[in-house]
Amino acid sequence: MRPVTRLHSRTAVLADENIDTDRIIPARFLTTTERAGLGKLCFNDWRYQTDGSDNPAFPLNQPKAKGCSILVAGRNFGCGSSREHAPWALLDYGIHAVLCSEIADIFRNNALKNGLLAIVLDEAEHRWLLANPGIELTIDVREQVIALPDGGHIRFQLEPFARHCLLNGVDQLGYLQQHNDAITAYEQRVEIAA
Amino acid sequence: MTAKTLFEKVWEAHVVAPESTDTPAVLYIDLHLVHEVTSPQAFSELRERGLKLRRPDRTLATLDHSTPTLPADASGERPYANAEAKAQVAQLETNCREFGVDLHGWDSADRGIVHVIGPELGATQPGMTIVCGDSHTSTHGAFGALSFGIGTTEVGHVMATQCLLQRKPKTLAIHVDGKLPSGVGAKDLILHIIGEIGVDGGTGYVIEYRGNAIEALSMEERMTVCNMSIEAGARAGLIAPDDTTFAWLKGRPRLPQGAAWEAAVANWRSLRTDAGATYDREVHIDASKVRPTVTYGTHPGMAIAMDKPVPAARNAVEKRALDYMKAEAGKPMQGTPVDVVFVGSCTNSRLSDLREAAHVLRGRRVADGVRMLVVPGSEAVRRDAENEGLHHVFTAAGAEWRVPGCSMCIAMNGDLAQPGQLVVSTSNRNFEGRQGKGARTVLASPATAAASAVAGRIADPREYMTEVAA
Repeated sequence: MRPVTRLHSRTAVLADENIDTDRIIPARFLTTTERAGLGKLCFNDWRYQTDGSDNPAFPLNQPKAKGCSILVAGRNFGCGSSREHAPWALLDYGIHAVLCSEIADIFRNNALKNGLLAIVLDEAEHRWLLANPGIELTIDVREQVIALPDGGHIRFQLEPFARHCLLNGVDQLGYLQQHNDAITAYEQRVEIAA
Repeated sequence: MTAKTLFEKVWEAHVVAPESTDTPAVLYIDLHLVHEVTSPQAFSELRERGLKLRRPDRTLATLDHSTPTLPADASGERPYANAEAKAQVAQLETNCREFGVDLHGWDSADRGIVHVIGPELGATQPGMTIVCGDSHTSTHGAFGALSFGIGTTEVGHVMATQCLLQRKPKTLAIHVDGKLPSGVGAKDLILHIIGEIGVDGGTGYVIEYRGNAIEALSMEERMTVCNMSIEAGARAGLIAPDDTTFAWLKGRPRLPQGAAWEAAVANWRSLRTDAGATYDREVHIDASKVRPTVTYGTHPGMAIAMDKPVPAARNAVEKRALDYMKAEAGKPMQGTPVDVVFVGSCTNSRLSDLREAAHVLRGRRVADGVRMLVVPGSEAVRRDAENEGLHHVFTAAGAEWRVPGCSMCIAMNGDLAQPGQLVVSTSNRNFEGRQGKGARTVLASPATAAASAVAGRIADPREYMTEVAA
């Protein structure tokens, strides 16, 4: 994973609560065996009309949302299926951060492992961001702070290990493999006891 | 000694390296279940890094999500939804051969939905940690195993190291006491619970279901309850193993036999929450208040007794959900016309579920204009059901009897509903488009699904519990 230290962008807003991973990428597209190229399918059934043209009612199709890489989403974003295709699709579509007052556990884990900033905010700040689409934010992962255009800022918490991995581009599988001796010792202890 | 919850006991027994402020715990995984949809990129990762799969003996694979539920033709060709689905299945076959994984594939007498075959084979055991790239892994918690869904990156971690990096979740006790009324089952109960605590009521928690109503459930009913923990946002749901558990498991292929079995059971009996142990949160549910329950919106938290009026939308999102469902606030869901009925999925495709549906259907007919699919959870369920003649009950009623798989629960194998159609489904998710673009899903028990198929409208199964002569 490449290090992720800062992200600067205008925000786009999808205010619906409980946007599930089926909505982020419908299951019928999960027959792929690749990670790449899923951006064109992101929010497929919401984003396109039946004839394949853009649905003008989909908020991210509006001109002012173009190029926004920070998504402010309604509460409980990413609920449902564990498919990692959801963060893969969002990243490929150009979304690099999701700000929300609550993010589903499996989605949040999957997102952070792919460098997608899944950031939980308190409800008042979240409400304010939902009500003010299109503002320019700078997310600073090291300082755990979001800078607002008026000079104000929002603090946020990231799980310390996830933050460390984001900042340093840590390969988590490599980190786990460093525990190989402890894993072997655990297996011997447990399997002899059994 | 400090009093511990069931969750803490299982967690602590699997810590390879403890968590600290800076780092999560390294948690050992006893059983890794694998299917064709969420594994190919993980196998590719191993290949790119030149890694082996650490414990093929702790890995079990099957084909379920992308697989057709119509049989192969005379030449052996299976009717896949598309070439990509066929290639995905072939990829898992190749990957399992290359990495030495036991695959319960097309030629296996045990193939089926991953969460149905794990318990059937006795691979699922009390006190284990079990993961799968599938959020309904919570099903296995019915046996007192800490079981949860993971993403594909983590699938790769488990393949390479048999471990995961995990922060300890919080604990939520859901006490269910009292007696479920006659004709009301585990599916009604879990829909009722999710309706009470909300679609995100369990986020950040592992649920332990307890109380005399839970103890009274069969293993298959417990699996239905734990299966849907994720629909309240909880990655895992647990039930303490007891004599019901041990009786269900005894003699299954992957379990120890003889003296080793007795020793295992003695050990498993300690897997209970100690008196005095505390949870982060507790909720109480009165089982006697549960009625046949269905969903009326576009997430499983929008659930209500079918005879109660649908509540008014409190905001734009709820209004959109009611509009999508064509549900009317103030009117009950009971009586809503039905187009399709689906009995199946890891929630409700086991033998007892099929018996429940067949009990309603025996001697009756699926209403004109309604299509009904019955998809057993595994080849073993299919064999058992056919030995009892249940398939004849379904086909005589006008339902389709299919080959095991996930089918219309996730609708990625070609089994799907058309835009606007209303599906009464025994599956677990009623998200927009989940069963086909524009399809409307009402989650329900197998009995409610069957009764609704007969009535052509959402119907109370208690009116169909008396058998009619076949």
